[in-house]
Amino acid sequence: MAYALQQLINGITLGMIYGLIAVGYTMVYGIIGMINFAHGDVFMIGSFLSLIAITALTAMGISSVPLMLALTLVFAAVVAGIYGWSIERIAYRPLRGSFRLAPLISAIGMSIALQNFVQVSQGARNKSMPSLIPGALKIFEQDGFVVQLTWMQIVIFVVTLTLLVIFTWLVTKTSLGRAMRACEQDMKMASLLGIDTNFTISVTFVIGAALAAVAGMMFLLYYGSIDFYIGFVAGVKAFTAAVLGGVGSLPGAVIGGLLIGLIEAFWSGYASAQYKDVAAFSVLIIVLIVMPTGLLGRADVEKV
Amino acid sequence: MGAPLLTVADLTMKFGGLTAVDSLSFVANAGEITAVIGPNGAGKTTVFNCITGFYKASSGTISLSSAAGDFALATMQGHNITRQAKVARTFQNIRLFSGMTVLENLLVAQHNMVMPDVVHGVLAVFGLGGYRSLERQALDKAKYWLDQVKLLSRADVPAGSLPYGDQRRLEIARAMCTGPSLLCLDEPAAGLNPRESDELAVLLTSIRDSGCAIMLIEHDMGVVMKISDHVVVLEYGRKISDGTPEHIRADPKVIAAYLGEDEDEVAA
Repeated sequence: MAYALQQLINGITLGMIYGLIAVGYTMVYGIIGMINFAHGDVFMIGSFLSLIAITALTAMGISSVPLMLALTLVFAAVVAGIYGWSIERIAYRPLRGSFRLAPLISAIGMSIALQNFVQVSQGARNKSMPSLIPGALKIFEQDGFVVQLTWMQIVIFVVTLTLLVIFTWLVTKTSLGRAMRACEQDMKMASLLGIDTNFTISVTFVIGAALAAVAGMMFLLYYGSIDFYIGFVAGVKAFTAAVLGGVGSLPGAVIGGLLIGLIEAFWSGYASAQYKDVAAFSVLIIVLIVMPTGLLGRADVEKV
Repeated sequence: MGAPLLTVADLTMKFGGLTAVDSLSFVANAGEITAVIGPNGAGKTTVFNCITGFYKASSGTISLSSAAGDFALATMQGHNITRQAKVARTFQNIRLFSGMTVLENLLVAQHNMVMPDVVHGVLAVFGLGGYRSLERQALDKAKYWLDQVKLLSRADVPAGSLPYGDQRRLEIARAMCTGPSLLCLDEPAAGLNPRESDELAVLLTSIRDSGCAIMLIEHDMGVVMKISDHVVVLEYGRKISDGTPEHIRADPKVIAAYLGEDEDEVAA
């Protein structure tokens, strides 16, 4: 019981990070119908940006951890947003209206380019960082097993939940969100109503990249160790989460992320940590066989 | 009646070897309803597509002069035709954002008024820059048009779940929410029953009287003859007649195009 509760906490923490990345996949897929394979690498760049910011802020003598985290978060989100904007501008926009596979291949190329860029500029060895937020809350103890919630996990819960709430509000309640949803449904019609569709697509990429960067920062703080390759695995998992939840659906992305996180945590806890990826992807395959549109995805019903 | 609003001069649109519109010229006046009629395949929708920037005309000019200024539509970017030149349109097949609510459909059309530029967009995220009052204005305008098309009670249902006739009216309301000086309607009466067609005629007349000029493609001659101030008739991409509804009705070329020529007349 106690052990299961601990795995639940760990799984949710991990799932939140996946969910945050998955939102970016699902948004971009929704609006231009392509899988942005470079998204995982934006996550990786976000974690490197965070590491750079934390190192620089420490060198500048800022010792207040909350201030440091806030500045790092803003820095990583803004710079990653610029990356997201540039990626779309350079690699995807010129190919819009081309055949469907062209932007996909371009995305894979962009992913490899970003990985190599970080490998060359930051070095291939993994970088580690001491924990900024040590300590934990003991929840309860059973048969000598202590269930604990680390402060770091609390920070991850609070930050991801806040961002998801702001983001949901942005998409459902604001004019910008309405424009994004309109572009998602009928790009030409949206343009005909005076919406600058290119700008709206750029904004989508910027927001997705900023969320991924925050996920990258959380990853860095949680695991304390990153390298140029983390974007690939995390990206594939988040993509799985997006598909699991129903690609195009925002709540689906978060739920899919949580599910993947929980499956991994429980599988590592009760079966085998080495096979956790196998478990996660097996669930994906089963869900897709039973529900091809994912958990919350809507089937496209063409009215004739 | 009004001054020329839209002037189409020598418009030609070719698709490969096919000439869909052949050196067409006509004028649509401000404050009038101009109908474009003609048999199927005459190039009516193509003309609309050129005006609203869906197609780039092969040659010729389309100019619009309104209170907002003079615009050469043939060379403008798609979204700027709505944004700056204030031309709105609806489609033959309904293109509502079916997953969004009725109200949201009308609010989307006012996006540029609520968020005119990037700076406003950023400020709006923090609730600054007058975003709230602009949003409220947009809401008022949406409600006004919902009331005009008698859909106020359906504001919060998904647009896709409305009956067909309601969706047609909603499309017109949405186009009007962009604040157009020219409204282009592609077969708005298609699929409507006689009572709905009559309501549509009343709605269009009231839109015209509020100062927005209308261009209309329509096969329902009852509607066309009743509300149009000016009719342009196309056949095989060429203009065969142009004038008041009475003039058109009496024009032998129009009658021939629609009914086919009588054998006696051909002989004579």
